Amino acid sequence: MSQEWQFIAIFIVLSPIFPAAPVILNHLLGPRKPNPIKQQTYECGIETVGDSWVQFKVQYYIYALVFVIFDIEAVFLFPIASAYDQLGLFAIIETVIFVVLLAMGLAYAWGRGALEWI
Amino acid sequence: MSFNIVEFLKSLVGLNVSEYLKTVVGDQAWVNFVSDVLGVVIISTFCLLIVIFLIWLERKVIARMQDRIGPNRVGGRYGLLQTVADVIKLLIKEDITPAGADKVAYWLAPFLTVIAALLIWAVMPFAPGVIGVDLDIGVFYVLAISSASVVALLLAGWGSNNKYALLGAFRSVAQLVSYEVPMILALLVPILLARSMSTVDIVRAQTVPFIFVVPLAAVIFLISALAETGRTPFDLLEAESEIVSGFHVEYGGMKFGMFFLAEFVNTLFMSGFFATMFLGGYRFFGLENLVVGGDWAIGRLLSLVVFFVKMFAVYFVFIWIRGTWPRVRVDQILNFNWKFLVPLSLALILTIAVLDKVIPADAGIYARSSILLLANLLLAMIAIEIMRTVARRKRKGSSVDAVLDVNEVEHHTHDAHHEVAAAH
Amino acid sequence: MTTDQVIFIILSVFTLGTALLVVTLRNLFHAALALMATFLGVAGLYVMLDAGFLAAAQLLVYIGAISILLIFAIMMTRRLMNTTESAFNSQGGASLVTAVIGFLVIAWAVSQFSRVLPQVVQKQVDMKPMSPDVIPYIQSSVAAMGQAFVDPNGFVLPFEIASVLLLAGLIGAIIVAWPKAEDEES
Repeated sequence: MSQEWQFIAIFIVLSPIFPAAPVILNHLLGPRKPNPIKQQTYECGIETVGDSWVQFKVQYYIYALVFVIFDIEAVFLFPIASAYDQLGLFAIIETVIFVVLLAMGLAYAWGRGALEWI
Repeated sequence: MSFNIVEFLKSLVGLNVSEYLKTVVGDQAWVNFVSDVLGVVIISTFCLLIVIFLIWLERKVIARMQDRIGPNRVGGRYGLLQTVADVIKLLIKEDITPAGADKVAYWLAPFLTVIAALLIWAVMPFAPGVIGVDLDIGVFYVLAISSASVVALLLAGWGSNNKYALLGAFRSVAQLVSYEVPMILALLVPILLARSMSTVDIVRAQTVPFIFVVPLAAVIFLISALAETGRTPFDLLEAESEIVSGFHVEYGGMKFGMFFLAEFVNTLFMSGFFATMFLGGYRFFGLENLVVGGDWAIGRLLSLVVFFVKMFAVYFVFIWIRGTWPRVRVDQILNFNWKFLVPLSLALILTIAVLDKVIPADAGIYARSSILLLANLLLAMIAIEIMRTVARRKRKGSSVDAVLDVNEVEHHTHDAHHEVAAAH
Repeated sequence: MTTDQVIFIILSVFTLGTALLVVTLRNLFHAALALMATFLGVAGLYVMLDAGFLAAAQLLVYIGAISILLIFAIMMTRRLMNTTESAFNSQGGASLVTAVIGFLVIAWAVSQFSRVLPQVVQKQVDMKPMSPDVIPYIQSSVAAMGQAFVDPNGFVLPFEIASVLLLAGLIGAIIVAWPKAEDEES
């Protein structure tokens, strides 16, 4: 592992300490008198009906899907942007085609009405 | 190039910690290890402690904007210790786990949020040499960590066994992932101009701060940063009047405090990141290279001050926006993103990419910058004009609904048809 | 044992253990969480290979996007999240065959690589006293990658095919998951 990533590795190992300290302190300092009413789900004082894990609409899925497409696009575009000095005209045209193709995906989703919040 | 606080101290006050460490632990590998640990502790402690100040600052500034006084009792006239008192209050709250909660998810969520909020600070260049680590993929690293932190919201929402929490989590995640797209595309612009993903390289490339070269990218980044940190006008994450408090409704005590903390740490990070990417970071007319008396590099200390001034200036803008704008509806938030910001940022990145190659390489930096600036302003004007036309058409199409605004759903589907028609 | 080896073993155990949890946990949401942990472990392995960009991409795409998509899909499918069905089904035999074939293919690929590996290592040893024109290339492997994406002699065809594939995936998913366009119009 390179020297640079060693820092990140140490950071990842040590970082749980910082949120853990106050939470544990809170656990020790706070009173502990649990009762069933206190532990009820808080839904504005009305008793919970049915299961909390309800079904969600497809809209969320579509947003996540379009996001995935653009995320992967970003993975390709970032290295290209950092190598921009060495690229010729051909490479630029290729990149533009790449971006335009994905923009067409967005345009399709838009035209189909899949981006509407319902 | 690990955390250079050791070297920083050396050049600043002539304190040679490196040599001292070497005599204590011996091996160079151990010196690196110890200085890494020191760096992690310094960065994390800074993030945790500054939040106490940030919360006070925000309350005070917002209060002034709303013609109130704000905290003024605890800790003197200015209520300086108000947040400290709040922290103590959170610490002595009872630690409740709601009935039926998914314990793993419920407990993991606040930890993950804070860890992600801290980890991104590793690549923030505070001053020359004062950076956790100068990764060659710095900006990409920030995006990766912050996109992975979205998972924590889902954990919190799922683990709480509460419909409001789950609904809030889903809305938040939809908002966060959506606004990540324009953020990624806006960040591509400075990377393209600097030819590097390293935050330090991007600061070095800003002889002319990028906000004067590509202001449109800066604005897009600022808007998506607001949304990513869940601040007004995009604070659906904790829409008090709609879903009680969003994904963390079932959290109390310090576990709630951790979400709150992460939010502020993230906001400060975004301010600092904006300063780094668009305002030239720690640079200020070559001040960072100032050396006094032969070897005392006072410029480094001054550049630290410069960075903090810039960061807090952006932070102030964040508070200002909060004090000025009301919350936006969830469908408006997402429509604005997918139908305006994303196409605009795609157009911007293509324009900049092509222009960058078209402008002859031997053109001076100022000529180059002005051409890019002109292109930016032109694009912004076109975008605003399109938005105005669409909005005007929309108003004409549904003026009755707009006035009454009773049947929200119908009104909206009506609009939707118009937008689809406009697209064709 | 060197530190790197210890870290490698810890990461591998973590990756394999969470992967095992993915297929044995009954709660689908927990299985999805375990899958994210597996992705994280793989990202760690990438870092060990000095492929920082790949690790960050793994985080960005697999944990930040694909996993979210997965959880949304679970939530869309009613009652799937509270199922207490057994993690095993009747297709054990077929999956065993598939697994063995998959293992053999990967093992063959790895053995091919280990035939090439000594040459690569040798090349790196040869380059040790780095010539000035090699150093920038090694230091900016990300830029080299970006260049290779759009180089006519590099990977420009896979790169363009990837965008077509992504486009096809998006359109296909919208057609499958968004059946109401016609209903609404009428």
